[in-house]
Amino acid sequence: MSAFAIETRKVTRELPGPVPVTLVRDIDFRVAPGEFVAVTGPSGSGKSSLLYLLGLLDRPSAGTVAIQGAETSNLSPDQAAALRLERLGFVFQFHFLLPEFTSQTNVEIPMRRLDRLDDRAIRRRATELLETLELGEHRHKRPDQLSGGQRQRVAIARALANDPPILLADEPTGNLDTHTAQIVFELFRDLAHRQNRSVVVVTHDTHLAELADRRVHLVDGVIVDD
Amino acid sequence: MALPLGLDIALQHLAHRRRQTLVSLLGVSLGVAFFIAIASMMQGFQQDFISRIIDIQPHIIVKDDFRDPPRQPVEVLYGDGALDLRGLKPLDETRGIRGARSMLAVLEEEAGIHVAPTLSGNILLRFGGKDVSANVTGIVPERQRRVSHLEKDLVEGATLDALYTTANGIIIGDGVAKRGGIRMDDLISVVSPTGVVLKMKVVGIFSSGLTLMDNFDTYVLLKKAQVLQGRANVINRINIRLDDVEQAAPLAARIERQFGYRAEPWQEQSRNVLGIFVIQNVIMYSTVSAILIVACFGIFNVISTVVFEKTRDIGILKSMGFRDADIRRIFLMEGLMVGVLGTVIGWALGYGIVEFMGTLRFAMEGFVKAQGFILYRTPRHYLISGGMAILSATLAAWIPARRASRLNPVDIVRGAG
Repeated sequence: MSAFAIETRKVTRELPGPVPVTLVRDIDFRVAPGEFVAVTGPSGSGKSSLLYLLGLLDRPSAGTVAIQGAETSNLSPDQAAALRLERLGFVFQFHFLLPEFTSQTNVEIPMRRLDRLDDRAIRRRATELLETLELGEHRHKRPDQLSGGQRQRVAIARALANDPPILLADEPTGNLDTHTAQIVFELFRDLAHRQNRSVVVVTHDTHLAELADRRVHLVDGVIVDD
Repeated sequence: MALPLGLDIALQHLAHRRRQTLVSLLGVSLGVAFFIAIASMMQGFQQDFISRIIDIQPHIIVKDDFRDPPRQPVEVLYGDGALDLRGLKPLDETRGIRGARSMLAVLEEEAGIHVAPTLSGNILLRFGGKDVSANVTGIVPERQRRVSHLEKDLVEGATLDALYTTANGIIIGDGVAKRGGIRMDDLISVVSPTGVVLKMKVVGIFSSGLTLMDNFDTYVLLKKAQVLQGRANVINRINIRLDDVEQAAPLAARIERQFGYRAEPWQEQSRNVLGIFVIQNVIMYSTVSAILIVACFGIFNVISTVVFEKTRDIGILKSMGFRDADIRRIFLMEGLMVGVLGTVIGWALGYGIVEFMGTLRFAMEGFVKAQGFILYRTPRHYLISGGMAILSATLAAWIPARRASRLNPVDIVRGAG
């Protein structure tokens, strides 16, 4: 089994069409367990595309993506979904919390889908996660009753619900003020270092990227600096 | 205990579009309720009519008639020849069933069959300066009571034997009595098409509940009918009643093959009305289907709107690890819930309407006479309406559900950024 949480080999993603568009090209990229990696680059450089490939939301046109040593190119859509559910946590620029549900329920959803814990254990874990992220008193509030930073922290709690070894974040601080963004980034660093998770964060903010262990810079779909 | 996740999400979606959901729910409920009410009313009427004609009328009537005119001898001899017969004059013969006595004997030998000979024709009843046209049927009382419910339907007069005990007795329908202003024991003049006039005494008035019979039929002794029609010893009908009514059609066909005379089972005698019932049923099912289709457009609209509104949620659910089938199931469940809930409300509403209609009292006179709606209550109506509603609601949800399941999460999260 590979020592890397994520490993890509010569990954290329091309959008077919009369004029094919290459999103990323020949990406060789590895993330070790407990490593916090920031992916930077200008708009349209392929940062998010790379993240979606790592998160099995998209399939490479060429090359391979391995998650914890398991090669993923032959997985069916349902198998990829199962892998996402168990091993990957996503945080996006927009929180994507389900607006009808409370923070607590939003965090419970991935656990209920995975169906490994009983109802009481699911409730307890969701509460603990929210309390860890200092959202204990906001457990029963719906997303529209929370601030931007609070919503994003609920989204992080939801991404951690099934205790995934890998956390992927796409511009998670894009809608946050500088102070809150700093807090969120520090949280990611903690998750990597204290909980031994691999964290890959896409950001265009070079200042925040400096908080990561490693910085990968993309230009025109190619890694130019690692 | 928490609800299953898919159900929980589906419920929240519907609750979020509360007003639209309620309108769809109302559509399904009304469709189901109207189906139950209309089906109960129409089938009640139809079944009542059918049971009355089965009870009251003979199950088979053999007439002095042929389905096809008899072929000319030359046509029999030269069937393939180029024949053109002109100036044919029909033989002026006394109509009636030939060999009726032997026919009756043959038929009576069969088990489960009761036969009665009759002679039917038209008459004019003259009473108090008023003429009323009617049908007269000459009967043999002891045979007639075995093939029809005439005796049980007498509302005045005790038995058919009154035709024996009173010289020139006549039994008339209550509709005939009403039209002519005739009452029990009145003496009326009966005029036949052949010009015979008899003074007859009303010895019975019957009410079968079948409007046509009550308004036009009268009964006299067979012998009197033969006198009135000027057709001594002739009968033109053989009425047959069966222990097993389902055998009417095959037996009629057999009699017709055996004796040549036209034999009409009860279904053929009431073919016009039964045909109307078929049309009624088609209209009923079409109307209710139209209501349900409109309701399904509502469901389609609600779920399509929800899918559109919840595109981001679908994206995040998929990124979390929900499969296409999970997403599809959520939206199908929404349609199913509207269908099931609408059905249950519709059942309650339909039950209420039927019971309310059952309390209404009014005189109705169509094919049959009744004092209110004749209702037929059966779980079948509930099952059919529920099945149709749930199936259509699920189908209406299928298209948006499939669209939702096919959404690409990458497109969604990119678009939402």
